[in-house]
Amino acid sequence: MRRTAPIFQRIDWFTAAAVMALMIIGLFNVASATSGADAVDWFDWGNKQGKQIIWVAIGILFAATILLIEGEFFIKTAVIHYGFNLLTLLAVLAIGKTIGGAKSWFSFGNVGIQPSEFAKTGTALMLAWLLSRTSEKIATRDNLIKAIIVIGIPAGLILLQPDAGTVLVFGGLIFVFYREGLSGNVLMGVFSALLITVATILTGANQLNYPVIGSHSAVFMLWGVLLGIGLILWITTPYWIVPRRRKFVRRVILISGIASIGFSGMLHGGMEKVLKPHQRDRIHVLFGIDVGNPDADYNIRHSKAAIGSGSWTGKGFLQGPMTAYGFVPEQETDFIFCTIGEEWGFFGSSFVLILFTGLLVRILMLAERQRSAFTRIYAYGVASILFMHYLINVGMVIGLAPVIGIPLPFVSAGGSSLIGFTLLIFILLRLDAERFTVLR
Amino acid sequence: MNLRERQWIISGIFLLITLIFLGRLMQMQIFSDEWKDYAARLTEETETLTPARGLILDRNGNILLNNKAGYDIWFTPRVCTAAGGLDTNQLALLLGISREELEREFKRANAYASYRPSNIRKQLPAEDYAKISGDLWRYPGIEARRRSIRTNPSGLASHLLGEYGEVNQNDIDANEGYRLGDYKGKSGLEFQWEEVLRGKPGIKRHIVDLRNDYRESAQQGELDTLPIPGSDLHLTIDMELQAYAEKIMANKRGAIVALDPNTGEILAMVSAPTYETDLLTGRDRGNNYDSLLNHKNKPLFNRSMRATYRPGSIFKMVQGLIALESRAISPSTRIFCDRMVIGCHGDHSFDNLEEAIAHSCNPYFHEVMKRMIQDGSTGSVFSDAHSNLGDWAESVRNFGFGTDLGGHFPSLRTGMVPDTADYDKMYGRKRWAYSTIYSISIGEGELLATPLHMANLAAIIANHGHYFAPHVVKSVGDSIDDSFKPERFETDIKPSNFNSIIRAMQSVVTSIDGTGKKAQVPGITVCGKTGTVQTKRVDHSVFIAFAPMENPQIALSVYVENAGSGGDWAAPIASLIIEKQLNGEVTQKEKERRMIRTTYPFPKYFP
Repeated sequence: MRRTAPIFQRIDWFTAAAVMALMIIGLFNVASATSGADAVDWFDWGNKQGKQIIWVAIGILFAATILLIEGEFFIKTAVIHYGFNLLTLLAVLAIGKTIGGAKSWFSFGNVGIQPSEFAKTGTALMLAWLLSRTSEKIATRDNLIKAIIVIGIPAGLILLQPDAGTVLVFGGLIFVFYREGLSGNVLMGVFSALLITVATILTGANQLNYPVIGSHSAVFMLWGVLLGIGLILWITTPYWIVPRRRKFVRRVILISGIASIGFSGMLHGGMEKVLKPHQRDRIHVLFGIDVGNPDADYNIRHSKAAIGSGSWTGKGFLQGPMTAYGFVPEQETDFIFCTIGEEWGFFGSSFVLILFTGLLVRILMLAERQRSAFTRIYAYGVASILFMHYLINVGMVIGLAPVIGIPLPFVSAGGSSLIGFTLLIFILLRLDAERFTVLR
Repeated sequence: MNLRERQWIISGIFLLITLIFLGRLMQMQIFSDEWKDYAARLTEETETLTPARGLILDRNGNILLNNKAGYDIWFTPRVCTAAGGLDTNQLALLLGISREELEREFKRANAYASYRPSNIRKQLPAEDYAKISGDLWRYPGIEARRRSIRTNPSGLASHLLGEYGEVNQNDIDANEGYRLGDYKGKSGLEFQWEEVLRGKPGIKRHIVDLRNDYRESAQQGELDTLPIPGSDLHLTIDMELQAYAEKIMANKRGAIVALDPNTGEILAMVSAPTYETDLLTGRDRGNNYDSLLNHKNKPLFNRSMRATYRPGSIFKMVQGLIALESRAISPSTRIFCDRMVIGCHGDHSFDNLEEAIAHSCNPYFHEVMKRMIQDGSTGSVFSDAHSNLGDWAESVRNFGFGTDLGGHFPSLRTGMVPDTADYDKMYGRKRWAYSTIYSISIGEGELLATPLHMANLAAIIANHGHYFAPHVVKSVGDSIDDSFKPERFETDIKPSNFNSIIRAMQSVVTSIDGTGKKAQVPGITVCGKTGTVQTKRVDHSVFIAFAPMENPQIALSVYVENAGSGGDWAAPIASLIIEKQLNGEVTQKEKERRMIRTTYPFPKYFP
């Protein structure tokens, strides 16, 4: 490929096509979710799918514009971009409009802008800028602390709105650190902590009839199991560790054992003693624990019913009764995937999953072909953010993850998220297009 | 590990998550029916299409029970509150109920489901609905739904037709497809022929929206079925005769059963006092039902089939026939009217069978039964009675007494024919003799029979010894089915033995001193027998008859409670019924006027 070829020949068309495909899938399903079982009035601009068409058009306009801007611009302005994002996040806390309990929106007439959707791009750029500046090893403690501050400020501001879902998405940036040299043990530690958290909450909500001591919380069982695993590892150490490392390994086992049980104990204590019953119920509902209120998991039951009724091929466009007659709340935004499940069936929904996975893996491939550390780090940031949205949104809709409202990228209705993700991806595509021409 | 290779771990995590998601989708969408079923429960609703109920028609095709258009008023609380409520005072006025009652209904509807309609006013007749339909739109959440109301426009034969009412919990639990708010036959023919009249409900499956409103048909209507209307019931009742009989019995207590002896078809069946079936439909059912139930004349009680009376003098004919058949007497046997054990009336002293029936001689039949029961065959009066009563009771049962008469009427009481076992239970085994039980010889004592049994006796005598099971349903639907051919029952008494009995019945009506003279019909030979059922108050007046003597076309029994002797009230009423049925017109206007005008309680001195 010639280095001076026009930009539209140099961008990665696979990624662009996948994004376009997701947008079109989104348009059809938003249209279905917001109209009845009859025909769609596509060009009714007051309607949600009418607005979505406009947003897609604006998104394409933005994408084209970004592709025409030199990549250097995004690198140079990363700090400014990030700073501007922080300002908007501060401003929305002051003058924002509260929708659904979170102060996340600037309201311009009947158009709402959600700054947190744009802050992901700024944060990813800032993180890339920060980490790519050091010439030596990236994963130093200094860098790590700086990076955590860079992520922590917007995450903290968003938590104040409060919008826990978006904060979780920032947590996904751990993949970036991992790629840049963070010890795999940290990744393991984070996963273990998540696992123990889930296990503690699930067991903590149940009673178990123990021999001798009678009925107590099932969390004791969990602690017993953890203790047992620790003891077995401790005792069997001589059989699988060479003598000179035994002392170290046993210390690791001791520390991680105490840490696990201690963490679980504090969590359980916090749940039982600090939280008020209604707060505890809300957490229990997230994890699908029956709190004796049939309305508590209303959304998720209806969402699962809609998807389950899709069968192999689905009911067909506009033909799903659950979609057409409003059985799933928030269906055009956070629950858009159940429209796909009901009307396009297993074939349609697995196509969307495969498209997302293809997009994610393709972004990792783009990342790894860069000579520039900035672009590589940024690409991992993009992949992490997209992955977290995919994981939480789809997981929630099919009942595998707690109910946390975040959009499915490019598919869910909503301008901020669509434009935000378009910026995120097309900045990457522009940077990728310059991988031969610019050496950084 | 080279940092570059970590891309594979991260890709692996991405792929793993997608595989978990795909597995979950497989399970939800393909392998498990749990969510499909749940979605169907949420989005589909089955509507039951009620078929038109079969009509009930008389023998000439006139409608006895019909369906008419009506409306139920339904109320959806949420629609009402969303629109800002409504004026309960005005609405209560419109619906013709009190405000308190309306508010109670509202509260009940709200407790049931705020988004689903509840029935707050049932069975509003179409003519009443027409008056208010123009104003209903003012009241949000109020709607009217068509429903058919069962109606008996003539008000005739209410006891026979029975009640059609809302199902109760037992009906729903019986799992015959009834749901809350459905109606079914509760008594009479409506109950007995429910399966035929009801038809088969249809099913229509709808896709519903979140508010449970019907939106479109589910599965393109492939699973829908049309309702199959119920079949019409054609009765043997002659509506004209029924109307006339009810008119005659107005303001009296008693019963009339008239049937065609040649077929067992019941022509008229009256229980007085009667009521109008339509009083027991609609909103006032409760009040009407209570007042009917508590009325001292018991209008809800179907005397023609449910009231059991002692047969009295009329039983003497059965006694005579059994005695003739068993050769205990011959038609010419004369017995001295000694009036020692049992009293008598009139100035006869030494009657033969025919005269004894005409004069209703008590000592004669006391002696006749004694010859059958206490025949001296065992040497002990106790053993004689014990061994002979069984045969006698069997012979009486052959006349239909103590039986269900072929079983066409589930609510018919069988009455009572005392048998050996009954007396053993009452007095102890072999501790009774004829002298203990002789009152049954003249139809008193433990003997009990309904007016239907007595009308059937008239038919047996008219037929010289057999009867067809009395029935009231001629055919179902359009087909004339052989299964409606009634069973024939034999009394096992030789037809020739009936001659003297029939002659006696003729003379009861025609002779100068006959007790049933008032049963005469100009131009028709009527055979009849008066009876008097003794009560603590004034006796019941009873008469059975058939006519014409040569070629009997009608057999009937007439009961008038507390009216005195059989000849004074029951006999003239029988005369009018016979004339009406056989001539189509009543010429005895004075008799008719007097019978209709007289009301219960009856004057002490009869006109």
